[in-house]
Amino acid sequence: MEHSPLSPEADTRDHLVVIGNGMAGCRAVEELLARDPARYRVTIFGAEPRVNYNRIMLSPVLAGEKCFDDIVINDADWYNANGIALVAGDPVVAIDRTARTVTTRGGLTESYDRLLIATGSDPFIIPVPGKDLPGVIAFRDMDDVDTMLAAADAGGDAVVIGGGLLGLEAAHGLSLRGMKVTVLHLMPTLMERQLDEAAGWLLKNALEERGQTILTGADTAEIVGDGKVEGVKLKDGTLIPASLVVMAVGIRPSVVLARDAGLAVGRGIQVDDHMVTSDPHILAVGECVEHDGQVYGLVAPLWDMCRSLADGLVEQPSGYRGSVTSTKLKVSGIDVFSAGDFSGGDGCEDIVLRDASRGVYKRVIVKDDRIVGAVLYGDTADGSWYFDLLKKQEDVSQLRDLLIFGQAFAAGGGAADPKAAVAALSDDAEICGCNGVTKGQVVSCIAKGAHSLDAVRGSCKASASCGSCTGLVENILALTLGDDVQAGPKTMCKCTSFGHDDVRREIVAQGMRSIPEVMQKLHWTTPDGCSSCRPALNYYLLCALPGEYVDDQQSRFVNERLHANIQKDGTYSVVPRMWGGLTNPTELRAIADVVEKYNAPMVKVTGGQRLDIFGIKKEDLPAVWADLNAAGMVSGHAYGKALRTVKTCVGSEWCRFGTQDSTGLGVKLERMSWGSWMPHKFKIAVSGCPRNCAEATIKDFGVVCVDSGYELHVGGNGGIHVRATDLLCKVATEQEAMDYCAAFIQLYREEARYLERTAPWIERVGLEHIKARIVDDAPGREALRARFLFSQSFSQDDPWAQRAEGAEAEHHAPMARFTPQKEIA
Amino acid sequence: MTTAEWLDIGWIDQIPVRGSRTVQVAGGDDIAVFRTAEGKVFALLDRCPHKHGRLSQGIVHGGAVACPLHNWRISLSTGEALGEDKGCTPTVPVKIDGGRVLICRASTLKAAA
Repeated sequence: MEHSPLSPEADTRDHLVVIGNGMAGCRAVEELLARDPARYRVTIFGAEPRVNYNRIMLSPVLAGEKCFDDIVINDADWYNANGIALVAGDPVVAIDRTARTVTTRGGLTESYDRLLIATGSDPFIIPVPGKDLPGVIAFRDMDDVDTMLAAADAGGDAVVIGGGLLGLEAAHGLSLRGMKVTVLHLMPTLMERQLDEAAGWLLKNALEERGQTILTGADTAEIVGDGKVEGVKLKDGTLIPASLVVMAVGIRPSVVLARDAGLAVGRGIQVDDHMVTSDPHILAVGECVEHDGQVYGLVAPLWDMCRSLADGLVEQPSGYRGSVTSTKLKVSGIDVFSAGDFSGGDGCEDIVLRDASRGVYKRVIVKDDRIVGAVLYGDTADGSWYFDLLKKQEDVSQLRDLLIFGQAFAAGGGAADPKAAVAALSDDAEICGCNGVTKGQVVSCIAKGAHSLDAVRGSCKASASCGSCTGLVENILALTLGDDVQAGPKTMCKCTSFGHDDVRREIVAQGMRSIPEVMQKLHWTTPDGCSSCRPALNYYLLCALPGEYVDDQQSRFVNERLHANIQKDGTYSVVPRMWGGLTNPTELRAIADVVEKYNAPMVKVTGGQRLDIFGIKKEDLPAVWADLNAAGMVSGHAYGKALRTVKTCVGSEWCRFGTQDSTGLGVKLERMSWGSWMPHKFKIAVSGCPRNCAEATIKDFGVVCVDSGYELHVGGNGGIHVRATDLLCKVATEQEAMDYCAAFIQLYREEARYLERTAPWIERVGLEHIKARIVDDAPGREALRARFLFSQSFSQDDPWAQRAEGAEAEHHAPMARFTPQKEIA
Repeated sequence: MTTAEWLDIGWIDQIPVRGSRTVQVAGGDDIAVFRTAEGKVFALLDRCPHKHGRLSQGIVHGGAVACPLHNWRISLSTGEALGEDKGCTPTVPVKIDGGRVLICRASTLKAAA
């Protein structure tokens, strides 16, 4: 941002200067703009050289689930559109209360009428020897994330000091990025401020199962290293090697500026109910303040404060009364929730539910018939209900027997209908803890026209941060609008609330290895899925774990289970592979023999230059395949979400126009790519000249040979919606054409949703994305190609030959035959 | 085990979990025998009420099978089409005795006829 035009001379409005471009500072300005957009001229100073982003979401960035652009709350356009001057990367270092000015490190001085301090908090660095070594960092801002990512690229060992939320998020991210991570926690159990001992123990076990080393009761003595970090030494003498040390032991309100300016400061900057400090011209908000003796480190109280602050700024004071906080989080993909006081004590009674095999632990703490605390691990669906009862101090004596089973049961519904549960929530029940949005606010924003999840996220910000309340918001949408809900990112099927991309990301992130594991961990609502999700999950796992995943035959469509195409009369059609569309007398004789021997009523030449034999009975398939195998033919995969055919023209070998050996290249491409499972069917063609006799420009991957090389085209389709290909690029050699093809197939395999052809996929993600990955990024292309070839090393095994030798015979033979009067079992 | 009322068609383990096998009936349609994830066994005429798809070739999920031709979902216990679709496939009573699967002779003859 520019540094100069901070004081437009004509603007005589009061000048509000905000120190801090973080979540609190910008939220306060948003609240102010919502009340009176014209009242103040606003200038925001930020220490970081970037726009306002969601600090809570740094963990997903570290974990590789999001990028910086995804977590920006307000981009540069927002500042411009609202006439806000942003000074980013030049922190304020002094406040002169007499002159009413602030001065930055860069020497810029700006006067204010009202000043808002939103400096947040600083990471606490434990004062041990070696704390200043390069490689020792906190986990507070985007720069820290960049440092961690760079360290992770180099690999090796990382130590995270602190087993609270932040530390565990850092450990999870670094672990996903391939580092060997040890977490050191001073206390006996993890996250002791949010979780009780039992839940902390479950969490520790779960994280250890994922390969992290967790040391509790670990007291750091010093960080050792010569010129850079080499390890961490504990007080008991243990030395843990590390090339990166992340300090995540806690945060402290950032009060230096305020204290230097002579404002009243206790643990934080002291403010009244209207967020005014001891100087009436200066306000403060967020993690840096102390209100009524309380300092908050969570985001929800911050939103309450910002509302009260803005009310005060437009002279309609409401007054902040403090916040009761709850924590609903995903720690490394595990749902945890806590609220209130769970330390127990006199008069407190515990109601506990444990379901070890499901990984669920619930504890509700009741005192004098009122809920005073709750801890949920593994299943946090009822967190908002318990929290609501807690905040309202409701008498729960009538519900007590069923309380622990959650709202659906306790409310008398019996069956757990999540919509009924949401319907029963009161209007002031909190839905989104990250952004402090109540059910009433979500409903009113839907009433104002936000008819999709994205629209709700955009307008009231519910579910826009960590996303753990997405299900609640969707249910409110459904309740409020009935059938008028606009589909957001579509869920995979009715068995899950996750979309394809979410499921896929979690499969990789959590290292899931089987369909039941995915259904368990992602809370499938059906016991064993449906005919939509099972084939998709089977494919995603197959793609993620080449050579390791055991294909689930019962999750495949019949054609892929029987390696032939079912026809309307229940018979099958069989298409042997003819490489590049070439054939020979042996193959043709074998096909002719099969047609006669098995009385196939029809043989047809396909559009992909193959011969299709129709009317084969299920029982005869293995014998047909044995005969075709004997002539050297393998499965043509005409039945699969797989490489179908490579269609070619005769090319330079015969054609007077041919520029390159298109048939030869076609055969090579088919030899490389046959047998690969894909999100949907995949067709290739190679034309020897721009006359394009092989129709390469309506194929998923098409090569058009020209004098100077090979034009590579992608994303064509000759089906319902005819789509001509996009030109990906031109390459000079046949080998490059092969390499680009392999990389493109692998990108499609890894990124497209199941049953999404290349054409809609490319229209969804954009050709530029494909080019960036395949054309511009040579190492990335090579890595994709290598992954494809690795995967192919397991998949190029003719399924027909296996069946012809008797594998999985039960697919082809009846279990019994029954002739009335005389049966043969 | 085959009696006047029941036909012994084989061991329960011969039917894949979340899968199915068929019983061929001379002069009639096949009977499809299903085994669910929960281990329950059901038998239906192997013919979707919609376009006569082979239900034995569908994906078994929960207590239903999805027809391989047009993805109609058919209840394994009642033979009724689920969801918006309307139609019914004849069912055949099944019982398990000592690991053997027995299907009702009379219903089999009636369904397959």
